[in-house]
Amino acid sequence: MKKRPEDTRVVVGMSGGVDSSVTALLLKEQGYDVIGIFMKNWDDTDESGFCTATEDYEDVIQVCNQIGIPYYAVNFEKQYWDKVFTYFLEEYKAGRTPNPDVMCNKEIKFKAFLNHAMSLGADYVATGHYARVEERDGNFVLLRGVDNNKDQTYFLNALSQKQLSKTMFPIGHLPKKEVRERALEANLATAKKKDSTGICFIGERNFKEFLSEFLPAQPGEMQTVDGEVKGQHDGLMYYTLGQRQGLGIGGAGEPWFVIDKDLERNVLIVGQGFHHEGLYSEGLDAIGMNWIVSKPSFEKEFTCMAKLRYRQDDQKVTVYPKEDGTARVYFHEPQRAVTPGQAVVLYEGDVCLGGGTIDHVIKKWENA
Amino acid sequence: MEMIYVDHAATSPLHPKVLDAMLPYFETHFGNPSSIHQFGRQARQALDQSRRTIAKVLGVSEQTLIFTSGGTEADNMAIIGYALENEDKGKHIITSQVEHHAVLHACKELEKRDFDVTYLPVDETGQVKLNDVQAALRDDTILVTLMFGNNEVGTIQPIEEVALLLKEHQAVFHSDAVQACGAVEFDLSDLSVDMLSISAHKINGPKGIGILYVKEGLKLRPVLFGGEQERKRRAGTENVAAIVGFAKAMELTYQSIVERKERYEQFAQILIDTWTKQDVQFFINGHQNERLPHVLNISFPGVNIEQLLMNLDLAGIAASSGSACTAGSIEPSHVLVAMFQDEDTRIQSAIRFSFGLGNTAEQIERVANETAKIVSRLGQQEEFIN
Repeated sequence: MKKRPEDTRVVVGMSGGVDSSVTALLLKEQGYDVIGIFMKNWDDTDESGFCTATEDYEDVIQVCNQIGIPYYAVNFEKQYWDKVFTYFLEEYKAGRTPNPDVMCNKEIKFKAFLNHAMSLGADYVATGHYARVEERDGNFVLLRGVDNNKDQTYFLNALSQKQLSKTMFPIGHLPKKEVRERALEANLATAKKKDSTGICFIGERNFKEFLSEFLPAQPGEMQTVDGEVKGQHDGLMYYTLGQRQGLGIGGAGEPWFVIDKDLERNVLIVGQGFHHEGLYSEGLDAIGMNWIVSKPSFEKEFTCMAKLRYRQDDQKVTVYPKEDGTARVYFHEPQRAVTPGQAVVLYEGDVCLGGGTIDHVIKKWENA
Repeated sequence: MEMIYVDHAATSPLHPKVLDAMLPYFETHFGNPSSIHQFGRQARQALDQSRRTIAKVLGVSEQTLIFTSGGTEADNMAIIGYALENEDKGKHIITSQVEHHAVLHACKELEKRDFDVTYLPVDETGQVKLNDVQAALRDDTILVTLMFGNNEVGTIQPIEEVALLLKEHQAVFHSDAVQACGAVEFDLSDLSVDMLSISAHKINGPKGIGILYVKEGLKLRPVLFGGEQERKRRAGTENVAAIVGFAKAMELTYQSIVERKERYEQFAQILIDTWTKQDVQFFINGHQNERLPHVLNISFPGVNIEQLLMNLDLAGIAASSGSACTAGSIEPSHVLVAMFQDEDTRIQSAIRFSFGLGNTAEQIERVANETAKIVSRLGQQEEFIN
């Protein structure tokens, strides 16, 4: 039998932003036994003593007091460093562009934090993600957030049944606009707070500077596909496939773009034109596939929709899943700037089937 | 659910008699003690009377007492005020690694101003060794500041012995007695301490009021500038109502020192006996005998202290992990680190129970049982997600 809300303890992961504030508010209004917890995962205290986490926690305190729920802070700096940041650096070292948010959800929010919540006798954890969980025939199905523009299932693709079985996404059925409105109506301290952007631990800082603090840069040549030298790059890790800014290649004709990275020769391959053919691919190989509800048949391919990067429109693909946790994905339309290290996430209608990490791209299907 | 407060070392509830004593000074006798009219005179009378009361309890003369905004200001005034006024005598200060941050951070501030500070280590009971004090003394040492009783583990420092040691030295001796005041007997008339800080809110007085005792003849540079209050040593209109409350709290606390000591020892015994009976594994941190009776610091090896404290709070029991910490930065306690260096399990699993007004044996029994229950649940539980 389902517990009544007042007997159901929900621990909300509160970031100090408007989404998690409204998450806590809605749960409280629905009568749950709500506890707010702020996770401190990163220390960015500067010389003047300013720390983003301290500021954010101040907001959490205010909001929790407004809502009337207890609040605590927990420290996951060590876990974050070991599981997320180390991975992040390793991926950059390997010439890829990692997605730390996917890892953060898998290892921190829905592991370290979930475990902590369970130790407090929680029945569920809740976060301010734009996504939905539904129990269907004894399985926990991950569904896209109703606000298509804000849907965050892309970052949640690595969650397991066990994790989802203890998860609530109370704002997943709301458009962002309405979340703001609810915050304003309740006069929450975070109602007008700007949404955070970018990678949480880098914040507003310069990405290149940040990365250079942790990884030695190896400058090298920029070459065209045909080997013509076009200039110098500052280190392959600073560039992303399809990037236009910051190459510093002048001259006539169309602008230049990053086409590829040749790690062995430490060469950045560049090409002219947004639609340069070197930027296009027809498929990819993914590793670490997570199948949220059930594993597919490994004998047979299937067709579904996919996102190859966050907020991309759905793309039609055919998936060839394998038992070893890899999958080959064929695009029905060639895709531009598919980037190893990012996630490939599969959908059937509103249902997120799961996903994996893009290991490498397949330029021409016939050569694969 | 009855809420049980066992965090009296953080702050304590106002004694009802203290509140009664204070109320008239908010309502009818609200005057400024410096004013020449009768409202002023009434306030001045209360201020003087309160100072006399406290002076009598401490065994000192009235003019040695400076009212401050609390323990932190008293510590800052003693350390920074004395150092800046006397730097011609030397720029070396001795303190310990287990002081309150009001002392440690004041010392850090002086380091920025080219003072040299020695932070003495402690043994595993939390005490400094006299030999270390002796060895650290230099010709240019002007100040030794050691806390009377530790706020986290309750260990009492060998104050008398250090005072004797300093008799033949130019260095003056300051002690932060914020946590010890009201918990142990001390009479400043036969204790050779030159400066001493105390605070009202740890002894069932109001927040926002403290005292620095400064032995006659010592010169301090003021930290605040303005009016001529407190014999020009601390500017600012006196917080008369709080001072009246402070005096009342001092009277009350010193009347009951022996009786409370017995009660708190009984409380500690209840906790220890319950856990022993229930096979809960624990260590007591701090000195076995030389300790403040109201503070009991315990390590539960293998237990995540954040989880224990949150669970206790959700069960209506307020305890703490030592000094209050900020934004989830559970820095290991500097006191426990100084005592146990790298014994991580002991440092990271330590919780402080501190007893005070209103606690009953029944309450402490519930604290003991609830803690045992949570500790064994946390100890047994497997991680939900591996």
